[in-house]
Order: sequence, then structure tokens, then C-alpha cells
Amino acid sequence: MIPLLTRVSWMNLGRDRAAQVMVFVLPVAFFSIFAVIFGGRDGSSGTGRLPVIVVDESHSDRSRALVAALQADSSLRIVLHEQPGAGGAESSNGGASLTRQRAASLVRGGTASVALVLPAGIDTSLARFDGRGVKVLVLTDPSDPIAPKMAVGLLQKATLSATRAAADEFRGSDAGKPGTPVEELMPARTEIREVVGRKQEHSMVAFYAAGIAVMFMMFSASFAGGALIEETESGTLERLLSTGLGMTQLLGSKWLFVTLMGLAQLAVMFLWARLAFHLAVASHLPGVIVMSVFTAMCTAAFGLVLATAARTRQQLQGLANIVILSLSAVGGSMFPRFLMSESLQKASLFGFNAWALDGFIKVFWREAPLAALLPQVGALAGFTLLFLFVARRLATRWETV
Amino acid sequence: MSTPVLRVEDARKSFGTTAALRGLSFELRAGEMLALLGPNGAGKTTLIRALAGRVRLDSGRVTLFERELAAAGPRPGLGVVPQEVALYPLLTARENLEVFGTLYGVRGAALRERVTWALGWTGLGERAKEPVGRFSGGMRRRLNLACGVLHEPKVVLLDEPTVGVDPQSREKIFEMLGVLRRQGASLLVTTHYLEEAEARCDRIVVMDHGVAIAAGTLAELVEHAGLAGRRVRLTLDRTAAGAPAGFTLENGGGALSATIGDVAAELPALLERLRAAGLGVVDLDVRSASLQTVFLSLTGKELRE
Repeated sequence: MIPLLTRVSWMNLGRDRAAQVMVFVLPVAFFSIFAVIFGGRDGSSGTGRLPVIVVDESHSDRSRALVAALQADSSLRIVLHEQPGAGGAESSNGGASLTRQRAASLVRGGTASVALVLPAGIDTSLARFDGRGVKVLVLTDPSDPIAPKMAVGLLQKATLSATRAAADEFRGSDAGKPGTPVEELMPARTEIREVVGRKQEHSMVAFYAAGIAVMFMMFSASFAGGALIEETESGTLERLLSTGLGMTQLLGSKWLFVTLMGLAQLAVMFLWARLAFHLAVASHLPGVIVMSVFTAMCTAAFGLVLATAARTRQQLQGLANIVILSLSAVGGSMFPRFLMSESLQKASLFGFNAWALDGFIKVFWREAPLAALLPQVGALAGFTLLFLFVARRLATRWETV
Repeated sequence: MSTPVLRVEDARKSFGTTAALRGLSFELRAGEMLALLGPNGAGKTTLIRALAGRVRLDSGRVTLFERELAAAGPRPGLGVVPQEVALYPLLTARENLEVFGTLYGVRGAALRERVTWALGWTGLGERAKEPVGRFSGGMRRRLNLACGVLHEPKVVLLDEPTVGVDPQSREKIFEMLGVLRRQGASLLVTTHYLEEAEARCDRIVVMDHGVAIAAGTLAELVEHAGLAGRRVRLTLDRTAAGAPAGFTLENGGGALSATIGDVAAELPALLERLRAAGLGVVDLDVRSASLQTVFLSLTGKELRE
């Protein structure tokens, strides 16, 4: 009996494509995504080059040598100049050199997670090993706890490389006597300064509130959109359409419902984050509302695409699982995108959820004004229109034949 | 003869290489209940969907109250009751009625009035606030029917309205249809149940392979099929070696059958001929041709569910 029933179960699995996707395709897809993010295909580090803004206020030979040493480091992408006519910065030689204020602004805006300011007098302060002289100012975005540590470590290496002679002298000096603070023994002494004004005690709470909310909104949207399939199977869709209701109206009603449901879902999530984890929702309310509305609209339209693309509930379930989990992994719902390689970060922008998360991060972490959300809102609006168009085209199969 | 309210002329529809309708023509007359009878694949559901504006005919003409219907789009004067129980199971009976009434354009006080009427008509007044998912099959069927007539259509298309329900529920559904007819509605019913078509409908259209092969009352169909008269079946006291003239051998020679016109005049002579042939009769059955016989004769096949 047991072998017989086991064989029946295998036969069922062999004929159930959705189950096959869940069992075989999804784990492989997930493994591949995580492998690309954390390991790279060749087994090397997949985190890519860390963008670091460098402001040289010293303009000395030694500071230039330090900058050159930083640029030579393959782990870093050094940004020195403002890109002409754009809001960002570039590592090329074109454009004006960045100032301390502009560097702080770029870090605050998320262009880079860290900026190194080499103040005047740094040339005589490097590799002194006596705890004196000016310090390298490290401007950081507290939302990325890893980048500053990595940048400071590589700064020390670059400083040693740029001040080789001084380091050699150090070997014969008595600066390294027992009891000397480790900080003073560093070739470049640093001062860390967070540039995002508000104290970010709950930054990871904000990240996960937004990340998890967006991921589950996608699941909810696909589930709710799946009502179309149930209505088709039960004959209700046929009846609805025979009343004179058009397919555009029908899809519009579904989209509106799923949008409102998504808004309610986000509201519950942020309310809980506020009550249980003290997330500062009220002080960010305008941004939260704008991002919530556009995210909900886009997610609802995405759900309709999945629902109209699938023929059965089982198909929808398999499709939704693989697409949503993949988008969530790449788009940053499961871990921050700054942990990913630069190419993957760029690739993830093909998914709407990365834009949604960027928007929420801007609101909660960077305290960006509403105008700064324009790229995210624009992208979400564009995705929404695209998804609605695709869903409408796919839904023609239910129309009059 | 009553005026036709719905007329279908030379309706044709193909899905790829499969022709579902091959020039179907018939008419539904004012106040009548017309049965559309045919085996699976005869084109009944395609026809209902075309009439409801859900299937675009390749050619042909459909007129409703003398006005030609567009190929697709709303049909305000038409009520459609699909074969599936097309309801929202988590909504209550009242909520379902309100939703479909609104979709058919009934609003405000008129909607409230129609919903109250429908709940009474279906006998679901006391269950109005219960989710439909808890209803029996028969109750769902009744509500399914009600949702299609809230806008008081003068012509109602019913696709297998009694399929899968028990005899009591079937009876109740026909009572409901009777009410609609008394209110002036004309009904087009597709059905697999021959006895329903025979007993409940005024006329019958027999469909096969996408065309109407006969239409009329049962008597007219019998006439059309050449089955007029009474069929007499005689069970013999022994096995007959052959059939006497005018008889057909049945049951391996254990029975004989014959068709006669006038029972009183012809039956005694029939029995006398058998007696003369040395055959005794132990049982006798006289009946008119049934719709089943007619159907079999016209289509060459049994009608099965």
C-alpha cells in the first residue's frame, strides 16, 4: 500500500507543473540569486567596488599621493568630481572638485555611503603615529553600517602605501611603545561624522518594515488578482461581462480594490512598526503617504499582470512565488541593496520594488523632501502604466470571442 | 401564432476548424417556454453565449423585439442565467442580488424592491443574510436564476437551469419559471432532460451539429419524425420464430411491436391476427411516441447527460 500511494504521489508531482516549479525551480533560482549577490559566479566577492567620495582640501603632494593610492585600490570607486549638469558625482576628471558640503549632501542623498575629507594640514598628519595633527573626516550614512568601516580600513592601507618612507621611519621610532592607544598608531587618524541629521536608532526597523511590506503586498496583490481566475472558473466573470460591463472597467475595479487593500496593508505594517518598534512614522507622514500610494498602485497593477498571465490558480501560485521572491531578493526586500554588486544594484532597478524601497529609504533614512521622491514616484507611475497595459492586453482572452 | 420576440436566422460560428453553429435558425414566441434540446456539442451553449453578446457570430442575424442585436455588447432586454452557479460564495444572498441588480442597472428603491421580490420568489427570504457558500445546490440554483432576472427582462435565456438538482428543487425552479411566464417573460431553456422539455415547454427545438433539425410542439415533432400513431408492444407467451406481417420482432422473439392509429378500431384486429398465428399475448402496452423516441429518430442517438 505504501509503495503504491508513494507512486501515486510521484505521478501527481510529475503532472503538477506548479508543484514542480516550487520543488525544483524556485530553490535553484533562489540559490542563483543569492550566489550572484554574495559570491559571484567565479567565487570572488560579489559586493563590487565601494563608491567613496574624496574631498582633498589639502592639495599637497602627500594628499594627492593618498588619493592616488585610494584610486589604485580595486575595492574602491573614488569619486572626486561633480558630474557637470547632473545631480550626482563622477569619478572622472570632468567637472568641479567636490567640496566638503557637497560631499555631505551627496552622502545624505544616498549617492555614496561614505565620504573622506582630507583637510588642510593632513600632509603633515599622516603616518605620525603620535596622536597629533588633523584627522581625516569620514562622513557617513548610518543606514549603511558596513561601508564606513570598510572605507576606513582601506584608507589606512592607502595611507601606508602613500607614506611608505614615513612608515619605514616608524619601525625605528619609539611611537609604538606599550600603552599607546591603537587609534594613535593608525597611519591616518579619523573622525567619523554621521551626516543624516536625525538619530537613526531604528533605521533597520524602517528598512524591514518597508521591505517586508512591499514583498507581502506583492503576494497579496497576486492573490487578490487571482479572484479573476476564480471568477472565470465559476462562470461569474462570464455573467459579469454579459451585463454589459467592459473588461477595462472590470480590471479597473480589481486594480482599485487591490490598491486600497495594499494601502491598508502598509498602514497596518507601519502602525505596528510605530507601536512595537517606535518607528517615526508621524514625522515622515507626507513621504510615507506619497510612497505608499504609488507603491500600492504599482503593486496592484503587478498583481493583475500575474493574474491575467496565469490560466489556473496553481499556475498563478507557482508564477507568483518565483517572480515575487526573486524580485524581493534582488530588489532589496530581504537585505539592503548596498550589499549587492554595483551591476546587480543597477539591474535591480528593472524591478519596481527596488524603486519603492529606495523611496521609503529616502523618506525614513535620508529625510528627503517630497521633491526628492520624484524619480521613485515617476518610476513607479511608469511601471504602473506598463503593468496595466500588459494586464489589459492579456485579459483580452476573456472578452467576446 | 404569437409574435416572435427573439429570432435567430442562419447563425454560424466556428472556433478554429470546429463549427459550433452551422446555420441555426429558430424563433422564440411571446410568452412561451421554448426548449433547446440537443446532445453535448450540439452548439446550445455557444448559442446562449452569442445571444448574451459573449460570442461574436461569424454570420447570421439575431433580432430581439424586431431590433437586430449588435454582435457584442449589452442586451438590456435580455436576462441570462448561466449553467454555472455564478455567484459570490462569501457574499450573502441579498448582497449577491444587490450586486447583480446594480450591474444590470437597477438602482435605489427599485433595486430594494426587486431584491425583496427575488428573495420571496426564490423562497430564500429567511436565508437572505447567510453567505451563499452555505446554501444547498438547489438554493444556489434558485439564487443563480434570480440574479439573472432582477432587471425584469422580457426574454430570459436559461442554460441548463436544473442541472444537478434534486426533484424537489427542480419542481421549485419550474414554479419560479411559471411565475416569470405569468409576468409576461418569454423563456428559452436549454436542457438535457427530455421529460422536462416534454412536460414543461410549449415548443421544442431539436439541435444537432449546430443546426435545428426540427422545431415545434411534441405532436408536431412526432409528426415530423414520422412517428405518429400509438406504439403497441405485446409480450408473447412463447418465443416467436418470425414476425407476422405488420409487426416487428423484439426481445429476441419474446415480444412484438406495431404502430396503429386508432386504438379502439385497430387493436382487436391486431390481437386476432396474433391468435390466428398461434401466438398468445401475456402483456400489452400502448403508448404515444415520446420525445425520447422522437429524438432518437431525428438524431440517431440517445440524449445523455
